[in-house]
Amino acid sequence: MTSRYRDNPQALSALVRDAEVHRDVYIDPEIFTLEMERLFANTWVYVGHDSQVPNTGDYFGTTIGAQPVLMVRHEDSTVHVLYNRCPHKGTRITTETCGNTGRFFRCPYHAWSFRTDGSPAALPLPSGYENTPFADSQAAQGMTPVRHVHNYRGFVFARLSVDGPDFATFFGESLSSIDNMVDRSPAGRLEVAGGVLRYMHNCNWKMLVENQTDTCHPMVAHMSSAGTAIELWKRAGSQNPKPMAVEIYAPFMSPYEFFENMGIRTWDNGHGHTGVHHSIHSNYSAVPGYFEQMVAAYGEPRAKAILDENRHNTIYFPNLMVKGPIQLLRLFKPLGPDRTLVESWTFRLVDAPDFLLERTLVYNRLINAPTSVVGHDDLEMYERAQEGLHADGNPWVNLHRLYQPGETALAVDNGTTERQMRNQFRAWARYMAAEI
Amino acid sequence: MIAPADLIAFVYREARLLDEQRFEEWLALFAPDGRYWMPLEYGQTDRRLTASLMDEDLFLLRLRVERLKGNRTYSQKPKSRCHHVLQQPQVDVFDPAANRYVVWTAMHYVESRLDHQDLYAVWATHELTTIDGAIRIQMKRVDLVNCDAAFGSIQLFP
Ligand code: FES
Ligand SMILES: [Fe+2]
Repeated sequence: MTSRYRDNPQALSALVRDAEVHRDVYIDPEIFTLEMERLFANTWVYVGHDSQVPNTGDYFGTTIGAQPVLMVRHEDSTVHVLYNRCPHKGTRITTETCGNTGRFFRCPYHAWSFRTDGSPAALPLPSGYENTPFADSQAAQGMTPVRHVHNYRGFVFARLSVDGPDFATFFGESLSSIDNMVDRSPAGRLEVAGGVLRYMHNCNWKMLVENQTDTCHPMVAHMSSAGTAIELWKRAGSQNPKPMAVEIYAPFMSPYEFFENMGIRTWDNGHGHTGVHHSIHSNYSAVPGYFEQMVAAYGEPRAKAILDENRHNTIYFPNLMVKGPIQLLRLFKPLGPDRTLVESWTFRLVDAPDFLLERTLVYNRLINAPTSVVGHDDLEMYERAQEGLHADGNPWVNLHRLYQPGETALAVDNGTTERQMRNQFRAWARYMAAEI
Repeated sequence: MIAPADLIAFVYREARLLDEQRFEEWLALFAPDGRYWMPLEYGQTDRRLTASLMDEDLFLLRLRVERLKGNRTYSQKPKSRCHHVLQQPQVDVFDPAANRYVVWTAMHYVESRLDHQDLYAVWATHELTTIDGAIRIQMKRVDLVNCDAAFGSIQLFP
């Protein structure tokens, strides 16, 4: 295959204009390969939550971009991230998606074993390697660790590249959304709970990321689901209390004004969030006992401040979204230019009423499951776009809504702006074109 | 009086109503507090603090049925179709005194739309009761054999 982009930074830069992007960013296989090498290797990518590996030897297998990795709890209680392959012949080390390996990983093929920081422990019949240059090989080093791992209040991120921005610089103020999610626990701790929903999408991963701050689609694309929910509830006489499903679906049909006023905030490096002032999560019914627990833990002013923050969707560029007010996280895992695995994870607020987790699970099922009508609405749009972008008549995707020439990364703006999408693409272009 | 054969016929008929997309008649098979449950985990027992793929009361089932008809339901333009192949349903519980019956059925479920077709292997458990002499669904539990796999959209009802 001829390479159009790998050695041509000008061609790569030309894909992203101030308020338009070329379709190749979504459909071109070479661009996807370069994204894995330049974007996913050089940014801090979410790996997992440390509550998934509470005890020494607990592990969890996942991916960073296209790279198989595992997260494991080491003897000193720190969380390590290792490339998930045996240094001998490449065999995946984890036997299950998650489990406990004790103090050692033992490869199921020839029984080489490794400590949970990846360093070599033992191998059978070692005399076979005497008088060979084995000691100088990479295999003798053990499992290759990912060197740059950061555990932020339980959220484990890793950067594959040797050099690059440090964690705090990369995320900056955007960490305030994770803070709010964690602070909502009276104990200041979260635990992954309830199970992960996995939904396969035949579209580019960036369509999903963009959609998280697309506030002009809910009242249109979700008319079929959220609109019907409201209609049925009215037909039933709008009886009270509102069914939880109506409480969750109805805000999707809010008028444009609601979304304009909710606001969007953008940060450096492609991060940003909707719901600066309010969000679709603002008016959920109160949960008995919870506020009192929060006041006991934080004092009333601080408890109020934590609970008054109702951010909608926060994007952690490149491929993570969190919903602080309902403790939900979505990871958009790129599998190919036209294939994305969406994982939707939920969390328990430690020491808070179970009902909060119960509601979060209902939300996740109603909105993010492969069996969710809202999910069906969205996926239909992404797949149509993935198909439509092959039309040669117009190679550009338009992102002009509320564009202002010379706009900067740090801003608070009208909630219907496409500014956060432009912000993501500015970061994208920087990583893709740079000789890092 | 209900006989085991009636329960078996009921389960076959329920599948046929779904295949023929006679959804209003299908909804009428449920008890007023009936549910349709599709667990996310293999052997799942909890519905409250463990996620499910579907856990629908009649309101949510009706929402799906109404949505399928909607003029702005773009994921159903064109519409999906479905097809159930059932093994002979087996009556596991036959308890007229308690008005409680349980029928277990292995089946293959096909859902198709446009050029795409998916096959799911399923165990269905019908918890049935009678209301005014008619058999009604208290709970239809649908266990996908690969419940923990990543799926594309499942838009109809296994
Ligand atoms: S491949 Fe792992 S020990 Fe040989
Ligand atoms: Fe949506």
